[in-house]
Amino acid sequence: MERRTFLKVSAAAGGALLIPVFGEAIAEEQLINPMAVAFKKSLADAAMNAATKAGASYCDVRIGRYLNQFITTRDLNVENIVNTESSGVGVRVVANGAYGFVATNVMTLDAVADAARQAVAIAKANARLQSEPVRLAPVKGAGEVAWATPFTKDWRTVPVKEKAEMLIAANKAGMDAGASFMQSMLFQVNQQKYFASTDGSYIDQDFHRLWVPFTATAVDKASGKFRTRDGLSSPVSMGYEFLDAKPQHKIRAAGGVTTLYNGSYDLVEDARAAGRQAKEKLTAKSVEPGKYDLVLSPEHLFLTIHESVGHATELDRVLGYEANYAGTSFATLDKWESKKFQYGSKIVNFEADKNTPASLGCVGYDDEGVPAKRWDIIRDGVLVNYQATRDQAHIIGEKESHGCSFADSWSSVQFQRMPNVSLKAGRKKLAPDEMVKDVKKGIYILGRGSYSIDQQRYNFQFGGQLFYEIKDGKITQPLGDVAYQANTQDFWNACTAMCDERDWRMGGSFFDGKGQPSQVSAVSHGSSTTRFNGINVINTARKID
Amino acid sequence: MKILNQDETRRISDKVLSLCKADECVVTINGARTGNVRYARNAVSTAGLVEDTQLSVSVAFGKKQGTASINEFDDKSLEKVVRRAEDLARLAPENPEFMPTPDKQAFRASSTFSEKTAAIDPEYRAQVAAYSIEQSRKNKLVAAGFFTDRTSFETVANSRGVFGYQQQTGVDFTCTVRTEDGRGSGWVRRDANDVARFDPRAASDIAIEKALRSVDAKALEPGRYTVILEPAASSDLMAYMFFDFDARSADEGRSFLSKKGGKNRLGDKLFDEQVNIWADPWDKDVPVLPWDSQNLLARERMDLIKDGKVANMNYSQYWAKKQGKRAVGQPGNIIMAGGSKSTEELIAGTKKGILVTRTWYIRMVDPQSVLLTGLTRDGTFYIENGKIKHPIKNFRFNESPVTMLNNIDELGRPEVLSGDESPFQMLIPSIRVRDFNFTSLSDAV
Repeated sequence: MERRTFLKVSAAAGGALLIPVFGEAIAEEQLINPMAVAFKKSLADAAMNAATKAGASYCDVRIGRYLNQFITTRDLNVENIVNTESSGVGVRVVANGAYGFVATNVMTLDAVADAARQAVAIAKANARLQSEPVRLAPVKGAGEVAWATPFTKDWRTVPVKEKAEMLIAANKAGMDAGASFMQSMLFQVNQQKYFASTDGSYIDQDFHRLWVPFTATAVDKASGKFRTRDGLSSPVSMGYEFLDAKPQHKIRAAGGVTTLYNGSYDLVEDARAAGRQAKEKLTAKSVEPGKYDLVLSPEHLFLTIHESVGHATELDRVLGYEANYAGTSFATLDKWESKKFQYGSKIVNFEADKNTPASLGCVGYDDEGVPAKRWDIIRDGVLVNYQATRDQAHIIGEKESHGCSFADSWSSVQFQRMPNVSLKAGRKKLAPDEMVKDVKKGIYILGRGSYSIDQQRYNFQFGGQLFYEIKDGKITQPLGDVAYQANTQDFWNACTAMCDERDWRMGGSFFDGKGQPSQVSAVSHGSSTTRFNGINVINTARKID
Repeated sequence: MKILNQDETRRISDKVLSLCKADECVVTINGARTGNVRYARNAVSTAGLVEDTQLSVSVAFGKKQGTASINEFDDKSLEKVVRRAEDLARLAPENPEFMPTPDKQAFRASSTFSEKTAAIDPEYRAQVAAYSIEQSRKNKLVAAGFFTDRTSFETVANSRGVFGYQQQTGVDFTCTVRTEDGRGSGWVRRDANDVARFDPRAASDIAIEKALRSVDAKALEPGRYTVILEPAASSDLMAYMFFDFDARSADEGRSFLSKKGGKNRLGDKLFDEQVNIWADPWDKDVPVLPWDSQNLLARERMDLIKDGKVANMNYSQYWAKKQGKRAVGQPGNIIMAGGSKSTEELIAGTKKGILVTRTWYIRMVDPQSVLLTGLTRDGTFYIENGKIKHPIKNFRFNESPVTMLNNIDELGRPEVLSGDESPFQMLIPSIRVRDFNFTSLSDAV
């Protein structure tokens, strides 16, 4: 489930802001200097020694420093610039066969040792309620290693003024092109994560992520109507070089209806298009409900993949660990065991990959010290595997974890989170324009819109940003008020064509929510433009007066 | 972690303010100790304790702002954080919409703290889990749940004499009980700031009973039905609507509260006249901090909808000044007037209808009409002649809370709860509404 996660952040006196970000503000120069590895190792050793002495059979320690900078703009004004930091230590133990977890922001040897002892006490208090002891798949200790997101331009070194001017230029372009209002934000993330465990791992990792969402709003005051168009970029694990747009990274959408991006992003160009398209949406033809062949662009389809395949194949859901909140899954163990559950049509192939460059889920090691890997989840339409952590691997007969453990903060316990789950490109050569030629009555959908799915991942409804009618092989006109509803298995079995790898690209989310207490995770999903035949489209226009 | 007292936070904030050379300065100090136990498959899956304390300093030189924070409290660290905030403010561009920090004002304390809640320990948390696990096992059911307790404090202060300090406590409990074969599922939610008002046994029993009753759900055709929404089922729908009570959006033409021709709908009757909704930081059931931490303005008791009419909207300081209005602290709670009947009594008075325990994954489809989509979950039942006749399969709905609050048949007794995805503490009743729009069926149990 992708959740809206909003935390109020202190602002001097600039009015109320609701900004999805964790942590508190810090000064610019403090961003660059990481904590010394030797210091982190000494903290980790203190915690592990204390836990072991208190009776833990296993202990892992995560020392985190989470840095964010976000800039918010509205029209031609910069509303706020905030640097945030959150740092501390999380200690997880297994004692008497049960988990215990304690986190503290006091980073002294005594404090982390005390946290470790408290974690053991919590584990022991809960052990009596265990039906079976925690069983961790083996992991070979990595020793002292490091991994970092590859990037060429560090967002922390780019002047704030330059970033703000870029956002304002985008807002101006959108308003010049027809938007009544523009709002844009720049999220920049650096997560410095140190992991140590009694298995013998001391892993130092450094992650960098970037996202530039915006919304163009067009208002027709005479009719009282308003419409929005959000940006078509995706969040990425890259440096600031993502915003140095290169011509070869611009993609002409089918029928030339707009420009899409892969590899780098032209914010100002997209904002200009958004201003024009938001205005066009005010007069777009309201869709006639019924069955349509849908041609779904990757920056739209990623969210459908995320909800109907990514979450549905999480093993913790399948087993019932998320039953109280995010839900369970229709993709039950018996379906996987049968080796013939037709999740999708035969051309549907999904793989999980923690190594995909620039993807939000790209890491060196997960939060249990397991190296990143790749594996198949759906092969030729058949469910063949799930996503698992160390304590789940034995349930599906795996000898080692898939490396799917993640915590969104030093203060959060790690648990099963999805890797990048992507739809493989079609094997036959096919471009989006060629795909449209084969559609008699269809809709071409671009960009992420509203989204909702049930707690077992059957019934879903998705909107989008841009909708175009396809009639007899041609894109004819923009449509409005479009959403499609389907059952997951029906939908993926209605998949009839996909473009080849030339069109494959990723969408992603910074705020995928799950767990109690709820945590967010950043993840990407790739696909090429893909066709689904005979999908139910509803008209979402309503009047309230 | 030590929960700092008022004198301690005042000393820190006074020191910070005395060190600051900027035109304005705002200090926020907050800390929390949060415990939790999570269980699933009739066993505890995780349990933990998280402690954190922060000091945030926001300063302004003219219309240029900067913010910095630290989690150390010695004199040297306090000076360091002030200088950093000042440096950042000097680098920031001017914000033409900048508004000065508020003048000194009084904050009337609200009852947000309970000693008993602050004393919760791991044993208590484990016991909450144990009860629903044991009862579920006895009934051949499978329990999954989450209990969390929080003790926290917040101080706000500024260079114009504002000072506020208050402690808060709270507990939240949710539990889903499923049949072993996965054909039935029931759920309950309970929230309170005082754990004395929380009964884990009674709560778990509700989820257990709903799980047992929900087996073998029948399919009903999608369409418009009379529906009884339990408070947890309507809370998130209403929260979405109140996110849009922003006066600026309405005045600018991009909200459901905008009118043709560029005006807003303040004073318009948009809802059934039975609808009365207000915010009140001092409410005894859902007390919240008496200030808005975002802008340091005092909260007030404020009607939002009165007799079905839009009674107030939220004004930022900038927009209030521009429109000649008075800005106050934004609401932290939502309180809706109800009747005296329990949900069971509402059911007894229903000829044909559907009982909805819980709604799920609600998202905005069309902000123009606040059209929301989402699903029912964990206990959806068909009512006939005043009785629950049988469980039914879950539905997807496409409905606007504005339409829903226009189609009210009857209101039940209000209950305390927090929304899954909203920042509001709520006190809202069960609601029976006509013509609720279900658009498709879900196979999910």
